[in-house]
Amino acid sequence: MRGEVLIEVSDLRREYRVGEVTVPALQGVSLSIRQGEFVAVMGPSGSGKSTFMNLLGCLDRPDAGRYRLAGEDITRCDADRLAAVRNRSIGIVFQSFNLLPRATALENVELPLIYARVPAAERHRRARAQLARVGLATRERHLPRQLSGGQQQRVAIARALVNEPPLILADEPTGALDSRTSLELMALLQDLNASGITIVLVTHEHDIAAFARRVIHFRDGRIVEDRPVENPARAADLLAATPHPSPLSPPPQP
Amino acid sequence: MNLFDTTVSALRALRANKLRSALTTLGIIIGVAAVITMLAVGEGAKRTVQEQLKSLGSNHMIVFPGTVTASGVRLGTGTRNTLTEGDARAIAEEVPGVLAAAPGMRGTAQVVHGNLNWSTVVFGVTPEWLIAREWRIARGRALDDNDVRTGAKVALVGQTVADMLFGGTDPTGQVIRVKNVPFEIVGLLAAKGQSFSGTDQDDLILLPISTARSRVLGGGPGRSRTVGHISVKMADGVDMKEAEIKVRTLLRQRHRLQPDQDDDFNIRNLSEVVEAEQAASGTLSSLLAAVAGVSLLVGGIGIMNIMLVSVTERTREIGIRLAVGARGRDILGQFLTEAVILSLIGSVVGVALGLGSTLALTHFAGWEVVLQPHAVLLAVASASVVGIFFGWWPARKAARLSPIDALRYE
Repeated sequence: MRGEVLIEVSDLRREYRVGEVTVPALQGVSLSIRQGEFVAVMGPSGSGKSTFMNLLGCLDRPDAGRYRLAGEDITRCDADRLAAVRNRSIGIVFQSFNLLPRATALENVELPLIYARVPAAERHRRARAQLARVGLATRERHLPRQLSGGQQQRVAIARALVNEPPLILADEPTGALDSRTSLELMALLQDLNASGITIVLVTHEHDIAAFARRVIHFRDGRIVEDRPVENPARAADLLAATPHPSPLSPPPQP
Repeated sequence: MNLFDTTVSALRALRANKLRSALTTLGIIIGVAAVITMLAVGEGAKRTVQEQLKSLGSNHMIVFPGTVTASGVRLGTGTRNTLTEGDARAIAEEVPGVLAAAPGMRGTAQVVHGNLNWSTVVFGVTPEWLIAREWRIARGRALDDNDVRTGAKVALVGQTVADMLFGGTDPTGQVIRVKNVPFEIVGLLAAKGQSFSGTDQDDLILLPISTARSRVLGGGPGRSRTVGHISVKMADGVDMKEAEIKVRTLLRQRHRLQPDQDDDFNIRNLSEVVEAEQAASGTLSSLLAAVAGVSLLVGGIGIMNIMLVSVTERTREIGIRLAVGARGRDILGQFLTEAVILSLIGSVVGVALGLGSTLALTHFAGWEVVLQPHAVLLAVASASVVGIFFGWWPARKAARLSPIDALRYE
């Protein structure tokens, strides 16, 4: 299952200035993640895990240290190259979904393809395929507010997948979802991982981290623990064991 | 992101805030309409002035005889008889670019027809004089060389004289008496209306210069054929200042003036008057255009204002777009497109409104307005420039956001 090194960071540092005070968020993080891994990043709030995620996602730049993604030195890239990396190599899933409110599910999924300059016809085809993959083929024309939280997060995952990146970063993806919907989402992520996509997931819930195959703990801007998980739980099995859908999340209407 | 996708997404964003977009566009609409209307009004005013100037005779100068100074008292223009018909011929033959150099004499006389009479200005002229002063014939015929040679007792009358003596009936073929000499009216001059100084240009009669000199205005036929003035009409495009210098040099030679002697004639160059009037109407047009330009500028600031609000409001959307791979220039293009679409819609509606108000001004207020295609182009082009110029800063502000800051923006 383990392949080439996909992510390699060494001595990554990031500080924030809040007025006069400088708050160190990351104080030298070194780590490597291979292709096909499913990594959960845990830690209390303020431990630097979200900062780490933003750096991995090329949304932010480190103050010091190096970050190589698939062999490319990200810290040396200019803004346009970073945009291309975000577009082609990384799919990001946020806690708050971050869908465009006035665009339909299909249009939201198409967004990365627009910036990849994919022609319209192929864009529609690929976006539809991804929506079908996350089980939302019938919701193409719905606006985000017409979808449940779990469905919105699936749209966000379809959007992350649409350029077929090798890496999915998920920042507390279940944070806004109830437990059954969370299970469904984790089952989807495990499926994706099984198909070879590398997943890095930030969470503060042990239940969620239990689905990963490697757990990294952050505290005060440093990695304090990095251990593999033997026999991670299978979300699909747990779902099958709890057949009654929770009242908060009605199943999709056909 | 290609142009089509950008346009679609810009239209969607503008539609999401219909009222706001409409009000923003209103600034541009008013600006463009104002530019078009004001340019049309300015151009109309310019044309009106030019028409009036044309009746004065453009490319035109008049040479008057010099003044008499007696015991320190200087008498007025034309008190010396220094100009002759020979001078007129010499100017016509020797100064390049002369269309007509026509001698003329001027006086006033009582004109009688039946039991009606009227005091008017009498000009003794040659056929060229009609060309130099741009008189056209409304009815009948003009004077010809034969009339001048034979001293024919024929006359052309101005519209005012015709009205006074004939009350609107056809004056040609009728006989009038000028200083008891009967003249047959052979032609009616086309009306010119008032001059700039308010005198009625149509209150005159024209006689052959030979007849006028011998029968009406005085001066015997055997004498040196002095004339009251020489009207010189130059071809279009001739530099009037240079022509004036040439006429002056020629006349000084003919009059055998020594270098230390003053001219014994005066040249009144009407093109200076024309230039002054054109400059005045040009100033008027520029003023109107400037006022309209200011309203377009204000419209542009409106666009900038709204685009800035829009960028702030949509910071999160910008963050999402950046996170999925939009480059700075994609975001720049998106907001710039919105600004340009706003100003383009504004200019299309503004052109329609401008055309409408131009028509309304002609129709209801009776103003002379001249709409030129390039005025419309100018208005639309400046609206687009305004859109790009004022859209640029907000768009750049959006494009420079860092993805993480934009995403975190609440």
